[in-house]
Amino acid sequence: MSPAILPLKVEGLGFRAGGQVLLRGISFEVPPGRRLVLMGPNGAGKSLTLRLCHGLERPSEGRVAWQGPRGAEARLHQAMVFQRPILLRRSAAANIAYALDVRGVNGTERPRRVKLALDQIGLAALADRPARVLSGGERQLLALARAAALKPEVLFLDEPTASLAPAAAKRVEAAIADIHAAGTTIVMTTHDLGQARRLADDILFLHEGRLVERGAALTFLAAPKSPEAQAYMNGDLL
Amino acid sequence: MAEIADAFAAALRLIVGLDAELAQIIGLSIRVSLTAVVLAAIVGLPAGAALAVFRFPGRRGVVVLLNALMGLPPVVVGLAVYLLLSRSGPIGFLGWLFTPAAMVVAQTILIAPLIAAVARQSMAELWAEYADELRSLGVGPARTIATLLWDGRFGLLTAILAGFGRASAEVGAVIMVGGNIAHVTRTMTTAIALETAKGELALALGLGIVLLAISIGVNAAAYLVGEATRASEASPA
Amino acid sequence: MRPIRTALFLLMVALVAAIGALPAAAADRFITVASTTSTEQSGLFKYLLPIFERKTGIEVRVVAVGTGQAIKLAEKGDADVLFVHHKPSEEKFVAEGWSARRFPVMYNDFVVVGPAADPAKIKGLKDTAAAFKKIAEAKAPFASRADNSGTHLAEMEFWKAAGIDAKASSGQWYRETGSGMGPTLNTAAGMDAYALADRGTWLSFANRKSLEIVVEGDPKLFNQYGVMLVSKAKHPHVKDADGKAFVDWLVSPEGQQAIAGYKIGGQQLFFPNANQAGA
Repeated sequence: MSPAILPLKVEGLGFRAGGQVLLRGISFEVPPGRRLVLMGPNGAGKSLTLRLCHGLERPSEGRVAWQGPRGAEARLHQAMVFQRPILLRRSAAANIAYALDVRGVNGTERPRRVKLALDQIGLAALADRPARVLSGGERQLLALARAAALKPEVLFLDEPTASLAPAAAKRVEAAIADIHAAGTTIVMTTHDLGQARRLADDILFLHEGRLVERGAALTFLAAPKSPEAQAYMNGDLL
Repeated sequence: MAEIADAFAAALRLIVGLDAELAQIIGLSIRVSLTAVVLAAIVGLPAGAALAVFRFPGRRGVVVLLNALMGLPPVVVGLAVYLLLSRSGPIGFLGWLFTPAAMVVAQTILIAPLIAAVARQSMAELWAEYADELRSLGVGPARTIATLLWDGRFGLLTAILAGFGRASAEVGAVIMVGGNIAHVTRTMTTAIALETAKGELALALGLGIVLLAISIGVNAAAYLVGEATRASEASPA
Repeated sequence: MRPIRTALFLLMVALVAAIGALPAAAADRFITVASTTSTEQSGLFKYLLPIFERKTGIEVRVVAVGTGQAIKLAEKGDADVLFVHHKPSEEKFVAEGWSARRFPVMYNDFVVVGPAADPAKIKGLKDTAAAFKKIAEAKAPFASRADNSGTHLAEMEFWKAAGIDAKASSGQWYRETGSGMGPTLNTAAGMDAYALADRGTWLSFANRKSLEIVVEGDPKLFNQYGVMLVSKAKHPHVKDADGKAFVDWLVSPEGQQAIAGYKIGGQQLFFPNANQAGA
């Protein structure tokens, strides 16, 4: 793989908008090969942290430091799937081909990579279907297939199963596991404790824009130390 | 009103009789306006998309200016283009004054802001949807514009039709830079102006009805093409 | 970048299309004549030009505007020949060097038209200035072209002769339309107003409503047309050989005869007088 951008070092990250402090003093590191899950109640700043790491927003303070290339250059080694997947008004296959084209995969190589991505995620039958007529689960899977086709070093996932039926959520989780197994580092947010248990290596717990607790997934999920995390796990903090 | 009945009779005679002179006038009108629409779209559509996407100093000013230009009176555009193309003007050496090329230039300038402004609106909506994904993928500026234009092409049809409508309906600009020369630069609208001037009101209104019929035809064709394309893209290939 | 190449390609296609929209006649032999609405709208050119074109193979493209605008066009070099009807302006045009010489061609006459009810009681008068004075006294509506055309300039002279400052009543009984002869007649017909018109446009005008001729035959109503070849010294691109051919033909016996031959409803509209001294 091309020059490694990991580990990612996030230092003293803060974000203000409209006079409100949405995020402050966030520091953590993402080592290669891990699956990092951001948890916390609504409005904790999970999605915002992902967007800052991916470079879609500019931090008000602190920095997001990748190894080697910076800024837009570093983003070419990453991919992101949004909570409501954004698909182009084209066929499923064309969505993947477009992303590959943008990332410089040449025309002869592209069809093979498109087919591979669709096959791996089980959408081969829908290749020529317009993306916007797909079901919610299929859309999320297609967005994942498109991200995976780019072979990113890091994949950001924002609540990838939040609005899906259980069966679809299961397929999405399986796909995430496959992508990780293929060597991609995962950074994701979730509300779902079960999902965190199944997918996380490490957990960051955010509350009101601050990083409250961090730890290995098993340890954190078994016995969170901070009162906020305990309240969240008990369902008292939503 | 006997004149209105006469006008419909005149329109019918014109359409059924379709003499060579009328056919030439209609042909020229369509050719000039279509060429102007193509040129204005090539400039206006990317400009509209760029205004929807990029944030730069003075952007608001440009948007306000564009919206103002949409309402520019054709005769002002005609005057400006006349001064430009006049033998005494900066590009008079082209010899375009009083030719269809001059009318194309005037109409292009007239409708490019309209096309850009309407395109900006529909592109802004699409950009709100696409922005995160395209930035995440690292799509460059030119490719971003091209992607929005392609994926939003059905919405752009409205902008193009609005442009064609304004181009084919205006008279002030073409009469000034075209000169309303018989068999050379006489279009539907300048012919209507001439017949009105001659007091041939029924014939003038008849020509107006023919113009309306053409306009309805063009719009209907565009609508049907749009529907058909959309339908074929929505079904599995 | 591929999209940029695509855009450039489309631009090229459009340019080719635009050039295709240029008249095929661009290669043909033609001259541009700046003239007045009266010659165009009376139908004279439609009758006269094909005769000249058949004889010489030179296409004549007429841009018909008011005399004021026609002179402006010629001064800017946008016409090869100027064919208008206001002698003082024409002489000034020549004096300023825009043309080497003015040739008288023909005259027609103006008529005063007005509503059949004739509120100013001027029907049958032979003195136009006196008729204008009565119109002003009766405050009867009068539609003026107010566009610096030859007809408008002639009208202004009649007001001056009548000792009336018509412009002072603009917006009241004096209505300035700021448009050509035809539109002004449309306005006059619509509001039962008097108007000064050239006979040619009047005869071919179809929307008269209650309007009719109230004053005619005053020698001061004669309306002289002159033709001038635009100076090549001022505008090197002027097609002076073909332009001169047109001017020469207009004043030749053949051209003069053709002008005399144009009639509407049996009435002759224009009276050739190229050889009349002082015309």
